[in-house]
Amino acid sequence: MDFTFAPEHVALRRMIREFAQAEVVPLAMEIDREHRVPQETMRKLGEMGLLGVCFPQEYGGMGAGEIGYCILMEELGRVCTSTTTNVGAHIGIGAMVIYLDGNEEQKKRYLTPLARGEKIAAFGLTEPNAGSDAAAIRTRAVREGDSWILDGGKVFITNGGYADIITVMAVTDPALGARGGVTAFIVETDWEGFQVAREEDKMGIRGTSTAELVFEELRVPQENVLGKVGEGFVSFMKSLDMGRLTLGAACLGGAQASLEWAVRWAGTRKQFGAELAHKQSIQWMIANVATEVEALRSLVYRVGWMVDMGQPFTQLAAMCKLYGSEVASRAVDTALQIHGGLGLSRDFPLELAFRDARIAEIFEGTNEVQRIVIASNIFRERGVRIRP
Amino acid sequence: MDFALNEEQRMFLTMFGDFATKEVAPQAEEADHQEDLYEDVLRKAAEQGFLGATLPDAYDGAELDHVSYVLLLETLARESASVAVALAAHVSLVAMSILEHGSDEQKETWLPAMSAGEVIGALALTEPDAGSDSAALQTRATPDGDEVVLDGVKTWVTNGEIAGLFLIVAQGPDGADAFLVPRDTPGLIVGYREPTLGLRSVAFNTLYLEKCRVAQTARLGGAGEGFVVAQPAWDRFAVAMAATGLGLAAASVDLAAQFAAERVQFGVPIAQKQAIQQYMAEAFVQVEGLRYPVYRAAWLIDQGKDVDVPASAAKHLGAGIARGVTNRMLQVMGGYGYMEDYPMARKYRDARMLGVVGGSTEMHAHRIACEVFAGQDIEIAP
Repeated sequence: MDFTFAPEHVALRRMIREFAQAEVVPLAMEIDREHRVPQETMRKLGEMGLLGVCFPQEYGGMGAGEIGYCILMEELGRVCTSTTTNVGAHIGIGAMVIYLDGNEEQKKRYLTPLARGEKIAAFGLTEPNAGSDAAAIRTRAVREGDSWILDGGKVFITNGGYADIITVMAVTDPALGARGGVTAFIVETDWEGFQVAREEDKMGIRGTSTAELVFEELRVPQENVLGKVGEGFVSFMKSLDMGRLTLGAACLGGAQASLEWAVRWAGTRKQFGAELAHKQSIQWMIANVATEVEALRSLVYRVGWMVDMGQPFTQLAAMCKLYGSEVASRAVDTALQIHGGLGLSRDFPLELAFRDARIAEIFEGTNEVQRIVIASNIFRERGVRIRP
Repeated sequence: MDFALNEEQRMFLTMFGDFATKEVAPQAEEADHQEDLYEDVLRKAAEQGFLGATLPDAYDGAELDHVSYVLLLETLARESASVAVALAAHVSLVAMSILEHGSDEQKETWLPAMSAGEVIGALALTEPDAGSDSAALQTRATPDGDEVVLDGVKTWVTNGEIAGLFLIVAQGPDGADAFLVPRDTPGLIVGYREPTLGLRSVAFNTLYLEKCRVAQTARLGGAGEGFVVAQPAWDRFAVAMAATGLGLAAASVDLAAQFAAERVQFGVPIAQKQAIQQYMAEAFVQVEGLRYPVYRAAWLIDQGKDVDVPASAAKHLGAGIARGVTNRMLQVMGGYGYMEDYPMARKYRDARMLGVVGGSTEMHAHRIACEVFAGQDIEIAP
């Protein structure tokens, strides 16, 4: 076993860290206050090729693999969860599903500009009646000549307010349900019948677009069917699995940053005549967080390696997301507590990190869904089928 | 032991609930988003007698026992933790300190006006280098003839923005002294209002004291007895914050239960899923578990007993339970729990503040540990 990163990955990490310090950190609090997406950051990431970090060079990507993508998310996750959310929705679920299941023509036409950051992607799954129960979607696609007509809508779509390309799941055969009755479509957002209805007002990740979309007689050409008709669910689930791993990587970055904040403050702040670091309750908090961060780091990069080796990873990706989100929440909560009043002030970046971190236990499949996935995988091996 | 509320308390509970539903609830969300200080709610609360909740009738107070007062705080906190905190800072920290330690003149000067809500009180104790180490005061009270000159900076002064009266603890020649200083005193400057994660309808201000002159008679309590005044105030406030946490937690359970009963996924309301049932059961148990320490501490105050450790115990437990329960109940609501259009996110943010506001959990733990070892003839250092 070799636990070292390849030289190109070390170099990639250094490059992204410098970028994050120079370009992302200065905007983090501003985008939260102003409730805006940092388009400038997305543009710069695109120019650096990072919005295609894991895609092959033949499709305009950087070819750095899943490990490279984990590194990107970890380094950005250290400084800005809104940015990792924008990037993750674009690469990890939006573009990824085209990479996994698109035909050559679709990859050239859509994946390449997405990988180059010339266009932005989103992933359109969730509906008011289909959150955890993603199979309960109702958006309908009806064949008409050489097109499909989509009617319905989506909610809570990250990047939905500004994406150019959205891969949308719609019901093509209501009788069949999720297994055989759902199809994935590549939709261009400037087409007739596509509308952004509203943006959500969220507690955190306020530098992201979380949009409600409406499709009214939205005409999608046949060549924009992604994968096979009726097999949309399978495509999306594969994509979500990969997204879960890299969300774990983003959480790792956030947790590591929280730990660093806590250590810095505990080593500086004096009360009762000595630095807080001399207090055992503080030492215990920090030791606990540090241990969890190391465990998470091992898990995330091992699973990234498994993906790059072509090994099955659904269950382990779910664990990355589950554990990562909870470690990140515990880490930032600890850092907040160590900072006392300062941690509660909006003039200081910790309460922002605290509000931002909370979403990771909910989106990309709630941690309850992750537990169901993990338990189902475990029991399936014993021949017991668990229903959610 | 009688765990029942008496008839009067039951009547008060209904009255408090009506006020909270009618006057606080409709404004709570908007007040939080706008960081509004609820001045009209406080005015209406004054009309109900709430701003003089525990003060005697002689000072136009409502003469509520402490249990009833804590019921009020819990009930208000269900709709808005901010209202409860602002009220508690006024009553528990300042008004009751004047009642306990004030001269007749001080009581007559301030208490009726505080009962009427004409003057809001704020305690100024914390400093940039005196947070948990609240005794490390650098604000100085220098005697000068029959005056005292106050110099220094105070931070996290609850109600600072709207207060007409400040209770300031400063380092005098004989130890810490507490002074009653009206807002319009030259040399007292109400500064920056801290933008916060939660409790966004409470004002937390920085206070500057620049050669602020007060009469010797402005001192509350004896020379060097600043902490004789401030410590019991702090203990009462700790009980109040525990009650606030209780209200927050209890209300969040009700919100989440309603959501879980209505939200259908996988063909059934999620209330039918065992994991959700576990979450709700655990939350219910925690809320119940918090109720007794809070109300016992309130009862001890009514018995005239010291509430130092019981107050710390209630606060320690209350902050943790408010945090844990609001966190779990937010999870039950999924994406909707994260949206500011729904009340859960605000409850979550408000609850998190209680880990620090009213004394950090770690400081309360220290005091509790001292109590645990008290019989062992050993002195515990912080």
